[in-house]
Amino acid sequence: MERMSREAMAARVARDIPEGAYVNLGIGLPTRIANYLPQDKDVFLQSENGILGMGPAPDDDDIDWDLINAGKQPVTLLSGGSFFHHGDSFTMMRGGHIDICVLGAFQVSVCGDLANWHTGAPDAIPAVGGAMDLAIGAKQVFVMMDLLTKTGESKLVPACTYPLTGLACVSRVYSDLAIFDLGPDGARVIEMVDGMTLDTLRELTGVPLESALLPA
Amino acid sequence: MINKIKRSIAEAVADLHDGAAIMISGFGDAGSPHELIQAVIDHGATDLTIISNNAGSGETGIAALLKANRIRKVICTYPRMAASHHFEARYRAGDVELELVPQGNLAARIQAAGSGLGAVYTPTGYGTLLAEGKETREIDGRNYVLEYPIHADFALIKAQAGDRWGNLVYRKAARNFGPIMAMAARTTIVQVAELRELGELDPETIVTPGIFVNRLVQVTPRSAAAAAA
Repeated sequence: MERMSREAMAARVARDIPEGAYVNLGIGLPTRIANYLPQDKDVFLQSENGILGMGPAPDDDDIDWDLINAGKQPVTLLSGGSFFHHGDSFTMMRGGHIDICVLGAFQVSVCGDLANWHTGAPDAIPAVGGAMDLAIGAKQVFVMMDLLTKTGESKLVPACTYPLTGLACVSRVYSDLAIFDLGPDGARVIEMVDGMTLDTLRELTGVPLESALLPA
Repeated sequence: MINKIKRSIAEAVADLHDGAAIMISGFGDAGSPHELIQAVIDHGATDLTIISNNAGSGETGIAALLKANRIRKVICTYPRMAASHHFEARYRAGDVELELVPQGNLAARIQAAGSGLGAVYTPTGYGTLLAEGKETREIDGRNYVLEYPIHADFALIKAQAGDRWGNLVYRKAARNFGPIMAMAARTTIVQVAELRELGELDPETIVTPGIFVNRLVQVTPRSAAAAAA
């Protein structure tokens, strides 16, 4: 059994983003998904700081610090792209106009609660950005994360112990070991890496898992 | 004849006062009015409440205000950035109070202030730490948190071009909070890179109509360099 690489995970999420979708990719890991969206299809990337039709990173000579993404890295604008102010941007995000957002996570509960902004450590400086708006505002919220922490604890949990970002908002988790659909009835496994079994996944996560695997 | 253009940046901020609540445009450095912020430092006003997306990074802008210990409270969404050491030091020393607000709620509360609304019910943050102690309400089967407007005495904004009536256009993603902050402050002060004659800005593309702007001052790249020298 082999874990999916980060690049493979990004490519896998990209496969599920249909042409015509309005998409917000969270800071960090999800940003890489943009590299795997098919060039010949129109997918509209939105950035919370007021960009629709965001393009890839520029060449060094073309960097413009008035044109950055939510992670404050330089980006470009595609032909047909537009700029707008923060009120309009969060109207898109909170008002149900974004089809898919992909976020990172510290923990996701089997019913779709998300914790991704704060570890709750007393000495941590909290920062939230647009995470809470995206979590409850996008039509579909996907999470992209390693299934286990570095110390082997499952990030898919019965109930989040870190402070919540949003309640019952995540519909799907793309992890390095399996893909899960989440909902009021709990978690269902829809894909696993080669060599993985449901029993091993149950053992690793310690949460009840139903199978929704496609017949081989 | 109405001319909102001021000759100097010091004149533009002359009536700042201790204890003022100041909105500052920008998302990171994009759209941050660094020269106006430097003018606040030169002015000497202190005990300020700053409303902005971030809490400064590096040595300029809001970071410089923090370094000068002029800020009592920061209302923002994301104070933790690369090189946000001046915020971190003031926060850990207890010099600065932090009110952390989800970014869309920050925008909504600023817009509520500008629009004359008493409050807004927002779904963002429901059931989280950031809604603790706040009034909630179920509307059509969905849960909302009651959030109050954020008003300010001043807004400091960076725009690309403006005219003597205060009409503004912005540049790329440097627009961000500028248009909504211009609506929410009692006095809106704008630094522009270019001044235009009345009629030169296409009325179809003006982003901030002059009614929301009290003063403008031109900050060209050259005078910015001179100000830093």
